[in-house]
Amino acid sequence: MQSIPEVRQLTGNGTRNWGDRAFRSVALACGLAVFVILGLIAFTSTNKAWPAFSHEGLGFVTTNRWVPNENHFGALALIYGTAMSAVLALLLSVPVSFGIALFVTEFASPKVAKLVTSLIDLLAAVPSVVYGLWATLALAPNVQGLYKALHSATASIPVLNSLFGGQSQGYSLMTASIVLAIMITPIITSLSREALATVPESDKAGALALGATQWEAIRVAVFPKARGGLTAAVLLGLGRAMGETIAVAMVIGSSAQITLHIFSPAATMAGTVASQWGEASGIHQAALVGLGVVLFIFTIAINSSARFIVARSDRKLAS
Amino acid sequence: MITRIHTRRATQTAATAIIVALGLSACGSDGSTTKTPNSGGGSTVTLNASGSSFQKNLEETAAKAFNAKNPKTEIAYAGGGSAKGKTDLAAKLVDFAGTDSPVKDADKGNFKGDLLYFPIAAAPIAVTYKLAGVDKLQLSAETIAGIFQAKITTWNDAAIKADNAGVNLPSTKITIVHRSDGSGTTSNFTKFLVAAAPSWKLDKGDTVNWPANSVGAEKNTGVANSVSQTEGAIGYVDFADAKKAGMQMAAIKNKASEWSVPSLDGAAAALKNVAVKDDLTFAAADASGAGVYPITAPTWVLVYAKQTDKAKGTALKAYLNYLLTEGQTLAPTVNYAALPAELAAKAIKQLDKLQIG
Repeated sequence: MQSIPEVRQLTGNGTRNWGDRAFRSVALACGLAVFVILGLIAFTSTNKAWPAFSHEGLGFVTTNRWVPNENHFGALALIYGTAMSAVLALLLSVPVSFGIALFVTEFASPKVAKLVTSLIDLLAAVPSVVYGLWATLALAPNVQGLYKALHSATASIPVLNSLFGGQSQGYSLMTASIVLAIMITPIITSLSREALATVPESDKAGALALGATQWEAIRVAVFPKARGGLTAAVLLGLGRAMGETIAVAMVIGSSAQITLHIFSPAATMAGTVASQWGEASGIHQAALVGLGVVLFIFTIAINSSARFIVARSDRKLAS
Repeated sequence: MITRIHTRRATQTAATAIIVALGLSACGSDGSTTKTPNSGGGSTVTLNASGSSFQKNLEETAAKAFNAKNPKTEIAYAGGGSAKGKTDLAAKLVDFAGTDSPVKDADKGNFKGDLLYFPIAAAPIAVTYKLAGVDKLQLSAETIAGIFQAKITTWNDAAIKADNAGVNLPSTKITIVHRSDGSGTTSNFTKFLVAAAPSWKLDKGDTVNWPANSVGAEKNTGVANSVSQTEGAIGYVDFADAKKAGMQMAAIKNKASEWSVPSLDGAAAALKNVAVKDDLTFAAADASGAGVYPITAPTWVLVYAKQTDKAKGTALKAYLNYLLTEGQTLAPTVNYAALPAELAAKAIKQLDKLQIG
């Protein structure tokens, strides 16, 4: 009871705390600015893309002929390329990222953990055009032989022969996915490391005390608790992979086609915008902005589902 | 609980803010005014330009030489593509634009006044390839059309053999490499195929519907790089870049039925025989005449006929005059073909149409 007046003094409405209020409104303005900027981006880009949307109708996302010189803008093949390259990248990156995160949180000594963490974070600091350059000059010419070998080795195996069939190009979906996988590994690793670190030590100790091996303890005590965070890590990685532009544009081979062959060229939405923007005019330009809108919707959907999953699992853990 | 209520309230406020902001921005767009840059009398004049990346090298070389003689005038040529140049000029963001193709009729309404085209140079586009053991390759337009439409898929195809009697061609699969970015080079290459090969069905344009499994690469250097890395690849590259990269270039059959290797002389010969329109635009693809290299790309400087700013207008006229006279001697040093004397004379005469003030 005695302390109440003191608290009032601190939070009271006296003229002394105008600074607080000013700070509060500045902070509020900054927070609101995010909404305003997002809203304006959504509004302007949809507005600018409208000629293409009304020209193509729903065909903009359901047909796959992207032929600017004939005024055909069907983005399905680009959407496919974006999704396929991102999913392939996840398949390559997630096991490695989770492995690194588990190693750092469960196995490594603090010193080693710190070293590994900062090395992984360094990967995130490399500009994406540098990855692109490395991929065009070093990766693409050198993986071609491997692709060709896989192609001929699996020629008579069903499923695999359609995946590895077609052409074996250095500039292909697979090469783009390898680059993407490297680029998204830092974000997935650091987010899943945080998710794993939130699991209470006592849970693991309990599992071990009941006779579980270390792997079993991770499986029954760590993974279930961290599931939300791990899923969010994967989804944010996916969002990053879908939005990546220049490194992908440099190695994917830019051929708008829907193909199962992962060693064949494809094209993504972001990459197409980047490469065709310079010479685009009129409805072609509108269509490229339209790709931006579709991509925007995709990434918003992915990011908000990641948030939703985290929030839901947090609530579950709390109850 | 408390945080949740807070969040909801914040969301509401934010939504209101967005609506208000959108309303404001919608109103604001009408009342905007354009600021006219003021030009000082004896001070330095900067001519801003953007557009064709194909002529960028020539612009930069000429601008440097021009500036050495006229220290009061600076030229900043930003590149970015012909379409960007046209858009920028229409919006009066630049003083002149570089373009590899005339303005389309549909877009003419965007410009604020009459335009003048000044041809400044031309250059060959090389068909480059990588094929072990084949140092000399000859291709007719029909064969090129077949290859780039994926109708001809191996190097020992009968059509290629017919163009290259006595050459031992391997059965290597052909990989088509094209530009992934919208490009004047693609436009000029496809214009040639439209003009010279009846079987070409992909039309012309900055980006066309290339066959499935063809490889797209960024810019001339990207195509050059991609072709040099892939055995059996074929692509089209601006002559200067192909030469720099030391690539193998095919000889192309011209209208006089000669096999013509890409050269500046061949491009200059092509310009001699084109039908130049009154506004100095022309099509250079598949030009007739002896010694012509048929895949030749011209490039123009685009300006408003009426220059409102006196200082800038005067500087622009002087620079254009330089480009069409002394600048022409610089062109071959950076792998462009100079204009034939007759065409250059026409362009110099057109300078009189430039009204200043």
